[in-house]
Amino acid sequence: MQQELTRKIRNNPKFAELTQKRTKFGVQLSILMLAIYYGFILIVAFAPSVFGIPISGVITLGIPVGVFIIVAAFVLTGIYVRRANSEFDELNRQIIEEARR
Amino acid sequence: MKRVSPTLAAMAGVVAALTLGATGTAFAADAIAGAVQQQATNWTAIGMFLVFVAGTLVITYWAASKTKTAKDFYSAGGGITGFQNGLAIAGDYMSAASFLGISALVYTSGFDGLIYSIGFLVGWPIILFLVAEQLRNLGKYTFADVASYRLQQTPIRTLAASGSLVVVALYLIAQMVGAGKLIQLLFGLPYVYAVVIVGILMILYVTFGGMLATTWVQIIKAVLLLSGATFMAVMVLVNYNFNFGALFQAAVDMHPKHLAIMQPGTLVSDPISAISLGIALMFGTAGLPHILMRFFTVADAKEARKSVFYATGFIGYFYILTFIIGFGAIVLLMNNPAFFKPGADGTINPITNMLGGTNMAAIHLAKAVGGDLFLGFISAVAFATILAVVSGLTLAGASAVSHDLYASVFRRGRVNEQQEIRVSKMATVALGILAIILGIAFEQQNIAFMVGLAFAIAASANFPIIILSMFWRKLTTRGALIGGFMGLISATVMVILGPTVWESVLSHPKGSAPFPYDNPAIFSVTLAFIGSWLFSVLDKSENARAEERAFEAQYIRSQTGIGAEGASAH
Repeated sequence: MQQELTRKIRNNPKFAELTQKRTKFGVQLSILMLAIYYGFILIVAFAPSVFGIPISGVITLGIPVGVFIIVAAFVLTGIYVRRANSEFDELNRQIIEEARR
Repeated sequence: MKRVSPTLAAMAGVVAALTLGATGTAFAADAIAGAVQQQATNWTAIGMFLVFVAGTLVITYWAASKTKTAKDFYSAGGGITGFQNGLAIAGDYMSAASFLGISALVYTSGFDGLIYSIGFLVGWPIILFLVAEQLRNLGKYTFADVASYRLQQTPIRTLAASGSLVVVALYLIAQMVGAGKLIQLLFGLPYVYAVVIVGILMILYVTFGGMLATTWVQIIKAVLLLSGATFMAVMVLVNYNFNFGALFQAAVDMHPKHLAIMQPGTLVSDPISAISLGIALMFGTAGLPHILMRFFTVADAKEARKSVFYATGFIGYFYILTFIIGFGAIVLLMNNPAFFKPGADGTINPITNMLGGTNMAAIHLAKAVGGDLFLGFISAVAFATILAVVSGLTLAGASAVSHDLYASVFRRGRVNEQQEIRVSKMATVALGILAIILGIAFEQQNIAFMVGLAFAIAASANFPIIILSMFWRKLTTRGALIGGFMGLISATVMVILGPTVWESVLSHPKGSAPFPYDNPAIFSVTLAFIGSWLFSVLDKSENARAEERAFEAQYIRSQTGIGAEGASAH
């Protein structure tokens, strides 16, 4: 029974579509997050004075950038969850339904 | 209310040591150096803490009536919602150490505190994008279920249980010692009281209420901590009509470092340390057994995703609050001599002369903005935080003993649920007693490195095995076993040979550490991956071929959740 399901899912082109799309999306967002974070850390390590550039009164560039990264982490998870819970889950539902038919 | 009393200079670092020790770097010197001077008994704080305890015991009683099967005990029956789980995960992460330690770091160095917060946060999106739903689809009660899904049970579960227990033990000791020091400072009670109270309460929560009680204790604490921190941040901002420019201006005027607090200081010096720290925080989070366990308490992959979304939001919000709280402490405490004890020359240095050390900055600020009643509330919440975190840790440790070692390794799966739960409860009691003994034994020890080591081991031993078993078809039992132990051993050895332990704990001369970095993650994680890869491709056994063939069924389940529904049904 389980083997039969596995075989059907493997042969369903929608399964390849789902895993490719989801993996690609996950990897893209991961790279984006890592680029943002390590970009920040490398500036802190090599050119800390960049974050000391004043933008308004005593507020420096580093403050909004730091807050931006925190907000970006949250927004990126939101973007992923939104697409996964709608598009990917719908595709997944179809795959399972077709396998059980 | 007479809690403010003599100087506690030696204290500078109790809590910072706990969290910030996670990275070693600049804070090794701030480790728990010696005894803390007990404060006058704070009855308000004790009263509020007792209310918290009474409430959580009622919840435990309720949870006990719902905890019957192994699934109830380990994973709250899979009935926690994504939102609740997000709060519980955030609660696991918002320890007393991060609340007091990071606000103290902002108080002393300003912008550097933000660098730390960001490092702790950015692992969460990665967990979501790469592992959260696969974990939910493959696992049952522990992450060893995932790692051993298609590999040999005995060796892989032994490896995973070793990784879990070492991480849990290190974390537990750090939390117990932190609890002991905090109770002296916040409640004015002796060290041993704290260790024994925490040990007994966590045994009660976990043995009777299992994961359901542990989760709700964590949720309640998370809500209390977020509310308290929000109140403090708002009260600070009210003083400046919600004008951030005015708040920062006042802080720059008042802080001895002036404009330097608005930009990176000395926290991150060389790129190797910076990247290594990032790897440890990011991948360590994805390898902490008490965090991973939470993904098995929700019904399906959809709820698992939502958990991370909410958790990231709460944790990010909390770090923004601690940033405001740190600046609030600068502007509201630095010009108020009531919170300081003048140095030998009669002048006040706001960094070194704070009563109880700078880790008390958030606690003093609570008094400044909310009076004695609110001070009592925040003190009680800080202590409740430790209690909630150790409960989750103990449950994770007990599960590794009962589900992985006892049921799968010793009894080879020939065990019924009731026996397994009984072993788990016995393991909980044993871990509780062990934690009390270790807490007392380590009172005078320098434990600053322990959380750092826990993160390094989680990143080096647990994380590579989890990710490879999920995504790499050719991973074999032999590869995982050798790679995992290489990560575990190399992380431990490099931490011991690194500056924090070698120089600060073992008292060798400065600069003599054989390994120059405080954080080994960049090397030990790489070693674990290389070891797993090499010994997998070299493995030509029949077992290895069978394991490769089994990958497809595992992959299909991890991607679609098919077959996992049974594990999550009520």
